Amino acid sequence: MPKDSGIGASTKRREDIRFLTGVGNYTDDINVFGQTHVHFLRADVAHATINSIDIAAAEAMPGVVKIFTGADFEPVGGIPCGWQITDRHGEPMQEPKHPIIAHGKIRHVGEIVAAVVAESLTQARDAAEAIELGLTELPAVVNMKDALKGGATKVHDELTSNLCYDWGFVEENKDATDAAIKGAAHVTTLELVNNRLVANPMEPRVALGEYSRADDMHTLHTTSQNPHVIRLLMGAFVLGIPEHKLRVVAPDVGGGFGTKIFHYAEEAFCTFAAKAVNRPVKWTSTRSEAFMSDAHGRDHVTKIELALDADNNFVALRTDTHANMGAYLSTFASSVPTWLHGTLMAGNYKTPNIYVNVKAVFTNTVPVDAYRGAGRPEATFQIERVIDKAARELGVDPIALRRQNFVTEFPYATPVAVEYDTGDYEATMAKLEEMADFGGFAARRAASEKAGKWRGLGVNCYIEACGIAPSNLVGQLGARAGLYDAATVRVNATGSISVMVGAHSHGQGHETSFPQVISEMIGIPEDQIDIVHGDTSKIPFGMGTYGSRSLAVCGSAMVRAAEKVINKAKKIAAHLLEASDADIELKDGQFSVAGTDKSVAWGDVTLAAYVPHNYPLEDIEPGLEETAFYDPANFTYPAGAYACEVEVDPETGKVTIERFAAADDFGNVINPMIVSGQVHGGIAQGVGQALLENCAYDEDGQLVSASYMDYAMPRADDLPFYQVDHSCQTPCTHNPLGVKGCGEAGAIGSPPSVVNAVIDALQSGGKDVAHIDMPLTPSRVWGAMQG
Amino acid sequence: MYAFEIEKPSTIADAVLALSGEDTQALGGGQTLIPTLKQRLAAPEVLVSLSGVSEMVGICRNDAGEMCIGGATTHAAVAAGAGAFPALAALASHIGDPAVRNRGTIGGSLANNDPSACYPAAALGAGATIKTNTRDIAADDYFEGMFSTALDEGEIVTEVRFPVPEVANYQKFVQPASRFALVGVFVAKFADGVRIAVTGASEEGVFRWTEAEAALSADFSAEALSDLTVPADGMIADLHGSPAYRAHLVKVMTGRAVGAAT
Ligand SMILES: Cc1cc2nc3c(=O)[nH]c(=O)nc-3n(C[C@H](O)[C@H](O)[C@H](O)COP(=O)(O)OP(=O)(O)OC[C@H]3O[C@@H](n4cnc5c(N)ncnc54)[C@H](O)[C@@H]3O)c2cc1C
Repeated sequence: MPKDSGIGASTKRREDIRFLTGVGNYTDDINVFGQTHVHFLRADVAHATINSIDIAAAEAMPGVVKIFTGADFEPVGGIPCGWQITDRHGEPMQEPKHPIIAHGKIRHVGEIVAAVVAESLTQARDAAEAIELGLTELPAVVNMKDALKGGATKVHDELTSNLCYDWGFVEENKDATDAAIKGAAHVTTLELVNNRLVANPMEPRVALGEYSRADDMHTLHTTSQNPHVIRLLMGAFVLGIPEHKLRVVAPDVGGGFGTKIFHYAEEAFCTFAAKAVNRPVKWTSTRSEAFMSDAHGRDHVTKIELALDADNNFVALRTDTHANMGAYLSTFASSVPTWLHGTLMAGNYKTPNIYVNVKAVFTNTVPVDAYRGAGRPEATFQIERVIDKAARELGVDPIALRRQNFVTEFPYATPVAVEYDTGDYEATMAKLEEMADFGGFAARRAASEKAGKWRGLGVNCYIEACGIAPSNLVGQLGARAGLYDAATVRVNATGSISVMVGAHSHGQGHETSFPQVISEMIGIPEDQIDIVHGDTSKIPFGMGTYGSRSLAVCGSAMVRAAEKVINKAKKIAAHLLEASDADIELKDGQFSVAGTDKSVAWGDVTLAAYVPHNYPLEDIEPGLEETAFYDPANFTYPAGAYACEVEVDPETGKVTIERFAAADDFGNVINPMIVSGQVHGGIAQGVGQALLENCAYDEDGQLVSASYMDYAMPRADDLPFYQVDHSCQTPCTHNPLGVKGCGEAGAIGSPPSVVNAVIDALQSGGKDVAHIDMPLTPSRVWGAMQG
Repeated sequence: MYAFEIEKPSTIADAVLALSGEDTQALGGGQTLIPTLKQRLAAPEVLVSLSGVSEMVGICRNDAGEMCIGGATTHAAVAAGAGAFPALAALASHIGDPAVRNRGTIGGSLANNDPSACYPAAALGAGATIKTNTRDIAADDYFEGMFSTALDEGEIVTEVRFPVPEVANYQKFVQPASRFALVGVFVAKFADGVRIAVTGASEEGVFRWTEAEAALSADFSAEALSDLTVPADGMIADLHGSPAYRAHLVKVMTGRAVGAAT
């Protein structure tokens, strides 16, 4: 019998009622008295010297409150990068200044050149048109390899070159890896591109800055996945506002996918300007602005080599990646191609020698940062594509080749610095085999051929590192923040509970799943428990939601806080029942004395805590509220196996996905329905990357795919009915819930199987195509077929 | 968007009068014009909405057997009401999404003449007559290249008259992002011959593939196309396809349209 509440129940998402009936409270829904509007004048060239900005005519336009340019922000800090990478030679990365408004130079299309604050948005836009820019255009740096050539135009004059860092990982593995590749029986080489993406959350970014002269208090409402991180970065490093004078609120947020982790210039601007003009200042991004100002994702160019011995055992893996940083370092940009990518290069396999080289490059493009999966999809794609290519070259079954090389014993220390605590890759592969009906494939292929289509089957495994992560470890690796999380469990007098959490829900369903955990622990109904998140004035200092960390890290903090609450409540119950604490048991919301029929209800105990008439005041304080901070001992390592079946139209190159199956191991699962939903959405984004999405620049640095007319988002009819399963469960060994995280898996695990399937289909049609770069649009597939 | 006035006449005469003023522009369903205004790429002082002109809305058959569609008739109305010309109804039913189809109009589409739009292929392929407030224009004389038509300033498309073919079909190979036609081919077979119009492919906008018309007029089968090739010269090159790919698709889609013609 499936449970109907608590851990393991598919409780329906309570937050959906407000989202689906139009009573959510998104940042753009918030309007305050005296509010002004800002319109950002954005660069329409990729690279230029700003000789002059004449705002005189614009300032005289109706409704203009104030116009800001780069000069106004000279006394203020730039946008900081949260992760310092040390390169192969022990040198820190090159870190250019990241201004809030371009000063002296424009470095990408979409960069803010001036900001017009006016009574209405229309007036602000009108005035912006009257600003006169004197620009000298410079050659744009777009292609990463060209950017690193001697004599290339520099994006930042103050840096020595366009190279942010040249990272080697693990440097000590390099010689052994080179030697193993040299001596190997077979080496498969693959050059590939991991295409640049635009996250496109349904809700664009919004910021509303307010300043109160009465108490010198700044408030920023913003579309963020992590309000405390924004408060820290913006307060301490940009504007110099101490935490107690800065409140950051991220109310309902309509999707983040990573792109709302980062601290953006527009947030700092609205906060700064609200004080400067002594009026609230609001900005709502248009979709067009989102394309050229939200941090983009991926954009790696890689050469990978997989070496095998004569028995097809993997003996070494070497990769060489160029990672595009864009024009500036966004908040976590530097960590994505390094610690979130290099550490995953072992995949699910026991390859003994691995060496990863990453060159991060500045170009005149929008900054690139974490996007759903962040680094791990790039790692998975390389590994799983090169394995497929190797299998084809060697004439062996790609699934058997994977199985042969699986890590089977845990814990497993990889050659790339991380230790997998637990897993069972054979179990998810076996599950996949059953779900995807590999046995029936030949018949399905024959049927497709009859209908004039080529059918292909593609499989891949993945592993990811989630729940990031131990603060001491990430500190050693260059993180400039801790990565714990925090929760406060506040029990109210009549027994209901508010849980203040550092995690932020922007689609994940925390408001439903977190109460399931507390309900399970205490035995009171889920609707007696509410989650409070997104407001730094209400929640403890937690780090927010990204990297599939909410339940693994913040959920663990919540469990710890709830345990403290339960321990204290037991003491109160013991007093009321005149028993010893050690004999008190809590079950189904009742405290009882073991071995007796004496009991007292949860609500009576909580009431006693707040009305302490009969209470052990000498031993314990009144009230029932506890906070816990949780810093995990390790990452968690969700893993799984995915299969995709496609049909290719030989005449047009069009690919259709016919079947898709995902077998994931997320450890313990709190709400299976929500987990399935997360996998569904992740696969949609992975299929989007594989078949449709492509953020493209031309050689002048103009964004070619700057709207939905050219940037193809996946639509429902691009996707099949998925089969998803998460019944293979090897619980995480080091967090109290045994959970691993499920938010990114779909996006990480799906692109390689789609591409593997298309290559398989083309091969079955007699086309000797070894690789096609994503997205596999009809024109690219057809082009590959032409040889 | 810049501020503008809006007028909503109820007759063609009043619409023409309103459009004769300074800095005016006709507004059909607004599915192209409103996004253009939002981006501040156009700034008319006055928009003259045609949606209230009842004589420009509706579908009927005239004595010559032509299907006559009012210039302000929406795509959804054509999809639902042009059953006697199934290829046309099907074409209309695949334009954009329901919101676009419930607003966008045939007159607006033909006036705009987007090189990737669907209706131009139907009008040229069926040899339609574009009726305006001043004259009748044969489709062969109407389309003058990307976003360019024979319409004069202030002239409005009041009606489109389609001869109904014996059989016809429209094959749309969608551009993956916009879902306009990457290549769309309209094949129409009449008693006196076959007409083929291609949209989405050429830098010159919609065009007739006359070679294939001759071949199919002699033998209305996909095999009749086998010896023909479409030159890639002058085809559109963009993110979504090369000239060679588009040229290839023209032939493939023509063959499929012949096979599917009803
Ligand atoms: C998301 C989306 C998807 C779309 N997909 C497709 C597609 O797949 N295929 C396709 O063909 N189209 C597509 N379109 C375009 C759509 O069909 C538009 O409706 C059409 O291009 C313009 O028609 P309209 O009535 O909206 O004209 P408007 O936008 O109102 O006007 C367009 C132009 O025509 C002029 N005009 C309007 N009516 C007349 C008239 N009667 N006489 C003279 N001039 C007039 C206007 O002044 C303006 O210059 C799509 C549009 C959108 C927004």
